[in-house]
Amino acid sequence: MIHKYELNGLYIVLDVNSGGVHIVDKLTYDLLDYAVPPFATECPQEILDKLGGTYDIDELKECYEEIAELYEEKILFSPDEYEKFAKFTTASPVKSMCLHISHDCNLRCQYCFASTGDFGTGRKLMPLEIGKKAIDFLLENSGNRKNLELDFFGGEPLMNFGVVKEIVAYGREREKEYGKTFRFTITTNGTMLNDDSIDFINREMSNVVLSIDGRKEVNDRMRPTAGGKGTYDVILPKFKKLVDGRSKDKDWYVRGTFTKYNLDFSEDVFSLYEAGFDQISVEPVVCDAKYPYALTEEDLPAISAEYEKLAQRLLAQDKAGKHFNFFHFMIDLNQGPCAVKRLRGCGCGNEYVAITPDGDIYPCHQFVGMEEYKMGNLEEGTFNREMQADFAKAHIYNKPNCRECWARFYCSGGCNANNYQYMGDILKSHTLSCEFEKKRVECAIMIQAVKSLERNEAE
Amino acid sequence: MKHIMTINKANLKESAVKGGCGNCQASCQSACKTSCTVANQKCERDEK
Repeated sequence: MIHKYELNGLYIVLDVNSGGVHIVDKLTYDLLDYAVPPFATECPQEILDKLGGTYDIDELKECYEEIAELYEEKILFSPDEYEKFAKFTTASPVKSMCLHISHDCNLRCQYCFASTGDFGTGRKLMPLEIGKKAIDFLLENSGNRKNLELDFFGGEPLMNFGVVKEIVAYGREREKEYGKTFRFTITTNGTMLNDDSIDFINREMSNVVLSIDGRKEVNDRMRPTAGGKGTYDVILPKFKKLVDGRSKDKDWYVRGTFTKYNLDFSEDVFSLYEAGFDQISVEPVVCDAKYPYALTEEDLPAISAEYEKLAQRLLAQDKAGKHFNFFHFMIDLNQGPCAVKRLRGCGCGNEYVAITPDGDIYPCHQFVGMEEYKMGNLEEGTFNREMQADFAKAHIYNKPNCRECWARFYCSGGCNANNYQYMGDILKSHTLSCEFEKKRVECAIMIQAVKSLERNEAE
Repeated sequence: MKHIMTINKANLKESAVKGGCGNCQASCQSACKTSCTVANQKCERDEK
């Protein structure tokens, strides 16, 4: 299977199963409409008849040979040989956790999937004892995995920061016994950050996600306080202070959400860059279509165009020496994840779980509050291994749309929670999310193609 | 080649043979939390 597209003046061909990326000329691009396996030793006359009016016959013959050569090398029209790995997918060790340290929040973000912080289950803070049990659960259920990931999430985690500190201390103490390493991360709205919490986060957290939507008016419209005030002016200096004090070996992102209200979201990405941030993630809102800010099918052309615009602006900035990372355009075409990882996406419900303040276990933060997806409880010592095995099988070959999709090894089956929320089945792809993802992947690969051409020119 | 330029190693098949160690980050733990991209994750296998 191949996927070909034109973007930013380049003709790009992806060989889906080998991961091969080819930049081709227009002749090749058109020839690939007809030249498919099995290949003959010479370009068939019927292809020459079809394209001979547009292109030189000798050039067509030459190009046909090049295509056939890449086919022989198995980097064009290569076969999908990974399903055999998927057939052996069993439950994995649990090594990654979203810890809902606070089901309370001081903001009232309009699009909050957590129902303004409490996930519809009442405002609560996680007691230390539940946090300790969560650490124990991860240590005991992570098998031979060395790196354990624990994200402090909410609601707003800083509303329960004393417990965050104690859980980190407990984890650091216990990780030694197991010869493992906790990678703590935190997601915060920033309003409650102070010197003490900034120091602690920069010392202990391997990644920090700082929530801000971009331009002041965009942010303040969707992310007001409980009292209805804007937050931009409060959080911006705090985020700057945190980021400026962070060592280079630790990750961080400013992360925003875009909605129907700001389909020109590339302006928000650049606003964040201009405000002094160079690690940026801005994502489409996930919400019921009944809300006025929900993204719908009719927004797709505008959003696709906006992603293209963002990619082009990003390249232009890069050339001017003003580099920044846009999370969804980051892609390493040579050293990315292995094919096995790519079969199964995020790992929710299998190697990744979320824990509520009451110790309830869910497949991920987006499933929290859905009783039918409660997997167990830390205090009761229960964990639904059958449900875990079901999630382990949620790989691309069990998702009908993914099996046939060219982007399957880039997105790996998409977000199971989105699938359930929009389609009622974790195995049924949410088409709109898929279209966004495909456009992002096309842009990300185009950026790599341009950089590759620039490197070639420089050599 | 005159018409086609391949820009990467196209090593997905090779990666499958040694792959699946599980040491890489769960994708949602990075910076998304509401969507899923896996191709932007790093491979963390000790010996590649």
